[in-house]
Amino acid sequence: MSFKLFSLLVQASVWTIGISAISIAIGFLIALGLSAALLSGKALYRKPAEFFISFFRGVPLLVQLLLIYNLLPFIGLNVPSIVAAIIGMSLCTAAYQAENLRGGFESVPKGLIEAADMVGFSPRQVFVRVKVPIALRLTFPALVNEAIMILKSSSLVSVVGIVEITRMAQDLASSTYMPIEIFSSAALIYLVICWAVALAGRFGERSLPGAAK
Amino acid sequence: MIFDPNVILKHLPEIISGTGVTLALWIAGMLLGILIGFIVATLRRYGGRAVDLPLGFVVEVLRGTPFLIQIFLVYYGGPFVGLSLDPVPCGLLGLSVYAAAYYSEIFRAGYASVPHGHVEAGECLGLSRLQIIRRILLPEMALIVLPPSVNLAVILLKESAVLSIITVPELTTTVSAIGSQEYAFLEAIFLLAVIYWVIVEAAARLGRLAETRLSTFRFAAS
Repeated sequence: MSFKLFSLLVQASVWTIGISAISIAIGFLIALGLSAALLSGKALYRKPAEFFISFFRGVPLLVQLLLIYNLLPFIGLNVPSIVAAIIGMSLCTAAYQAENLRGGFESVPKGLIEAADMVGFSPRQVFVRVKVPIALRLTFPALVNEAIMILKSSSLVSVVGIVEITRMAQDLASSTYMPIEIFSSAALIYLVICWAVALAGRFGERSLPGAAK
Repeated sequence: MIFDPNVILKHLPEIISGTGVTLALWIAGMLLGILIGFIVATLRRYGGRAVDLPLGFVVEVLRGTPFLIQIFLVYYGGPFVGLSLDPVPCGLLGLSVYAAAYYSEIFRAGYASVPHGHVEAGECLGLSRLQIIRRILLPEMALIVLPPSVNLAVILLKESAVLSIITVPELTTTVSAIGSQEYAFLEAIFLLAVIYWVIVEAAARLGRLAETRLSTFRFAAS
């Protein structure tokens, strides 16, 4: 396999990484809202959030992508397929991240919150200075895992026509008749990206405040 | 979008057969995955470094690459090395191997969770290695292994939708074909989502039930 083909795959990986990173970031913001709704204690907020999470965790991402890809034009939003792909992936990862965040917020030790209360922190300060930092620290490993899952799942956006690694590999394999070389190279690129994220995650975990030294 | 239930009724036999293929592939892939995964975890535990390292590498590769790429590699690359598979066997092979990689890690964690003293106690009583696995390690790790296994089962069911890309006649393939045939693609995809959702919820509830049963059993026994 020539270097040229391999470099095409590497170029396509920019799309894989870009789509995944944007989806993780948007998904995180949605997940913050969802986890707040879950923890609000009000059924009015909790029930819809639970419904959302159950749906997006219970339906294959491929089906979600097809659904959103076909639904958007139907409701009059003619957006490029890349937008549909990012919306689909963001909603899916939001459901998973919301569950992680809920777990994180629930495992903030009660004693710390009481202590902050005692020294006169306002509820807002307790949230910003105690709950959020501890919950984020607790959910960081899960976030890294989720990022890796999303990187791998992003191969599915090839079905809505985005030329990321998988689609590029498919196109190259059918034009060169070298599927083994091409798909192995694609696998290698995914592997390297996932390893890099895992490594960065481990490094990040150690440098977060409050890490076990 | 006017939802016409007659479309569903007309195609009910196909939808049922697609659901059947999905369920069959899922359960077969899961069982094979559990079996191979358990063997891999056991080999890695007892086989020494010469077995542990290469198997560990294979597991890492399978866990670090998308399922779709693995499927493409087998389906399109297979014929070049004399492995021409039809979509269904190819899908089953891909799903089982993918499942095995993840199950092997679950069993590895399960093995690691059993206190070493229990194994040593078994050795002192003169139990063979197989007896130790069967009588001590497996029952003790069951409760540890069950929740992630159920989780993985749900993930596998959802991954099986990917097999539609290599035209395995499972649920996604069938229902989206009906959708294009009837010019009702959106309705079809909605239906598809609901069917998957129902199966996933049912599987998750069954898993939770099994967990409760197993934990009360364990509690009563101890």
